[in-house]
Amino acid sequence: MSTKSRILVLISAVMLFGVFFFPIWKIDLEAPQYPEGIGLRIWVNQITGYKEFDLRNINGLNHYIGMKTIEPESIPELKIMPYIITGFILLGLIAAAIKNRKIVAAWILLFLITLGIGFYDYYMWGYDYGHNLDPKAAIRVPGLTYQPPLIGSKQLLNMNAQSFPDIGTYIIVLSIMGAVTALYIDKKSSKAKT
Amino acid sequence: MKKKNFLFVLVPVLLLGAILYNCSNSKSTGNFSDAASKVYVAPGTHDEFYAFMSGGFSGQVSVYGLPSGRLFKVISVFSQNPETGYGYSEETKPMLNTSFGFVPWDDAHHPVLSKTNGEQDGKWLFINGNNTPRVARVDLKSFETAEIIEIPNSGGNHGSPFVTENTEYVVASTRFSVPVPQKDVPISSYKENFKGTISYIKVDKNSGDMNLAFQIVVPGFNYDLSHSGKGPSHDWSFFTSYNSEQANTLLEVNASQNDKDFLAAVNWKLAEKYVAEGKAKKMNAEYCDNNYDENTHKATTKKLNDVLVLNPKDCPGMIYYIPIPKSPHGVDVDPSGEYIVGGGKLAAVIPVHSFSKMLKAIENKDFIGEIDGIPILKYESVVAGEVQNPGLGPLHTEFDGNGYAYTSAFLSSEIVKWKLGTWEVVDRIPTYYSIGHLMIPGGDSRKPWGKYVVALNKITKDRYLPTGPEITQSAQLIDISGDKMKLLLDFPTVGEPHYAQAIPAELLEKNSKKFYELEKNKNPYAVHGEKEARVTRNGNEVHVYLSTTRSHFKPDNIEGIKVGDKVYFHITNLEQDWDIPHGFTIKGLTNAEMLVMPGQTKSVLWTPLKEGIYPFYCTDFCSALHQEMQGYVRVSSAGSNTKLLFN
Repeated sequence: MSTKSRILVLISAVMLFGVFFFPIWKIDLEAPQYPEGIGLRIWVNQITGYKEFDLRNINGLNHYIGMKTIEPESIPELKIMPYIITGFILLGLIAAAIKNRKIVAAWILLFLITLGIGFYDYYMWGYDYGHNLDPKAAIRVPGLTYQPPLIGSKQLLNMNAQSFPDIGTYIIVLSIMGAVTALYIDKKSSKAKT
Repeated sequence: MKKKNFLFVLVPVLLLGAILYNCSNSKSTGNFSDAASKVYVAPGTHDEFYAFMSGGFSGQVSVYGLPSGRLFKVISVFSQNPETGYGYSEETKPMLNTSFGFVPWDDAHHPVLSKTNGEQDGKWLFINGNNTPRVARVDLKSFETAEIIEIPNSGGNHGSPFVTENTEYVVASTRFSVPVPQKDVPISSYKENFKGTISYIKVDKNSGDMNLAFQIVVPGFNYDLSHSGKGPSHDWSFFTSYNSEQANTLLEVNASQNDKDFLAAVNWKLAEKYVAEGKAKKMNAEYCDNNYDENTHKATTKKLNDVLVLNPKDCPGMIYYIPIPKSPHGVDVDPSGEYIVGGGKLAAVIPVHSFSKMLKAIENKDFIGEIDGIPILKYESVVAGEVQNPGLGPLHTEFDGNGYAYTSAFLSSEIVKWKLGTWEVVDRIPTYYSIGHLMIPGGDSRKPWGKYVVALNKITKDRYLPTGPEITQSAQLIDISGDKMKLLLDFPTVGEPHYAQAIPAELLEKNSKKFYELEKNKNPYAVHGEKEARVTRNGNEVHVYLSTTRSHFKPDNIEGIKVGDKVYFHITNLEQDWDIPHGFTIKGLTNAEMLVMPGQTKSVLWTPLKEGIYPFYCTDFCSALHQEMQGYVRVSSAGSNTKLLFN
């Protein structure tokens, strides 16, 4: 593996540390009564409000439609995800250290699979919150469920829910693209040598 | 033929009449085609200035936006307010304690913003209570009253609460002289027994906490208004006085005899030094200092028993009298700190005194006499100039920072603009009607925003739709950005506006609190979650720890209350969201409703007199299911065995 590629893989691995410092997903709710905005930020290890008390207030609003309260401490994914990210950082570092293209390729593949599973899990999480409603809730609209969109926006009663990736996800995408580029450059340079 | 002639005459007469009528009409209502756009603040956008207007006999302070004239809030200060529970809740009742007991009202005249280096700093607003002498401090983050301190040895706190250049002190001078200390004497012994006092209240730089530092006993005149110096005159404050005749009856005649009364110039820095040297005597005096703690959401009353008093006879150089024509009212210091403008309400001129000339006159001992140890300076040695033909009944002056002064004239009902230095009148504009104070944003500070002047009028008569004998008083917004003053807007006020203050919105807007943090709520009766909601009984005293959140109370069914119980509802609003207050009231409550802000706790006492079921409910439309936010209390007979139950 060329030095250039090794450095790229190294950067891609180290870059992942950034995921601990930025949320990976954001869900913003737009409503006439919230000109100041209200929303959630999903991190690898926690869920916070866009503003200090937003999570508390969203839970407060959700009780009208009978949605379960969002309690970050009881969501197992938030405990597992930091280990997974740490694992990928280590694997990337190993790949760069032992200059093994196959490990880099495996790293990319594994990462993509993990992301796929992550999206599926996130979808199911949203499905559960959106569909599993208290039948005695104050507001029951026949046929209406409150699952936020996986990505994009959706009108839920007076709230327009906007769900989009946040900085953490962009870091992951950049990291994967870095690793792919490393492989590509390496392939080219090894071809040129032969 | 005769008939024709008559018509020839009649037509021009009618025409002339119509023209004259239109002229007189346009004189009082003016041409406002371009004024409308200057005061139009589009929906959803904010005003340029906050204006704080005194409520006079309403005892409160109202908050307006300028230039729109829109009313945002009435801050409860000296008067109980059944809208919010101020002065009714157990937590706020102590705010209105005085040495005369619970005084649920006052006459609030002069709002004054705190200053640093003579410029508005947006920390606090002070306002005086004229009737039962008090000074209040309003916090400009919460827009709520944070402290009220009583002034002892004062007959009426009118000349107050003007601040020194860095808000080192808030001053208070007595309008009515009284025996100091109070005693039972014939009123006719006025000259012998009655005294005035000038008080200096120290303001803590960080917390704003007020403490009465010292008082100066002065001759028994009526001390009216004040302003403190700035820049070169930093160490001094100035107080007008009238009734130097010392009349005790029919003052309108008997106090209008002397050609000149006095402006008291006080060197407060020197007074401070005399106090430090131990020249002040400790005197017994009862007064209260009431503080509201934002963390406990609770006010406490501190009873104080003595005050340090300085006598001018023991303190040379501390105070001088400057003659000023005919029963002066206002005294205002220009942004440079050099000119001291007096408003002689019966005078034909506006005298402007010079601070530097005053210092020179003191140095040269240019005295024409002495009263009770206070040297009287020679008028001619101190006066810088006189504004001729300033309108009838000049009262107050504000400054635009561009070298002009604006004086209100009560009798001729106008604002007169004149130039500092040349003393010539350059413009005048009528007000509708009988202007008292006037206000330019920052117009009493080192940094005025000379864009508008607001006229504060006592009489409105035909200016608005009539509402029976009692009609509104008014404010008028006048554009002073050009050479000619232009009337832009009329708007009604809450109570009687005396003085007012305005500050650029950007200095306050960003600091305005959105809600109180529940976690920091240290009220002994607060609940921090629904799990803590409960009812306890101790003898015939019942405490209901009630939580509110959209859209329910916890608990909402309470049984086992008995006739004659003293039931305290402690309502905590658990919300932590902007603009979600909850209200509370119960049927037959002889107190007031409680409006509870997010994160706040308020307590109200209810004494049920009859058996039965009593509904309680939320009084603020909090949410879609607000009408469902209710509960019941079961009241049983005094001797019943109904068990205390709650859900």
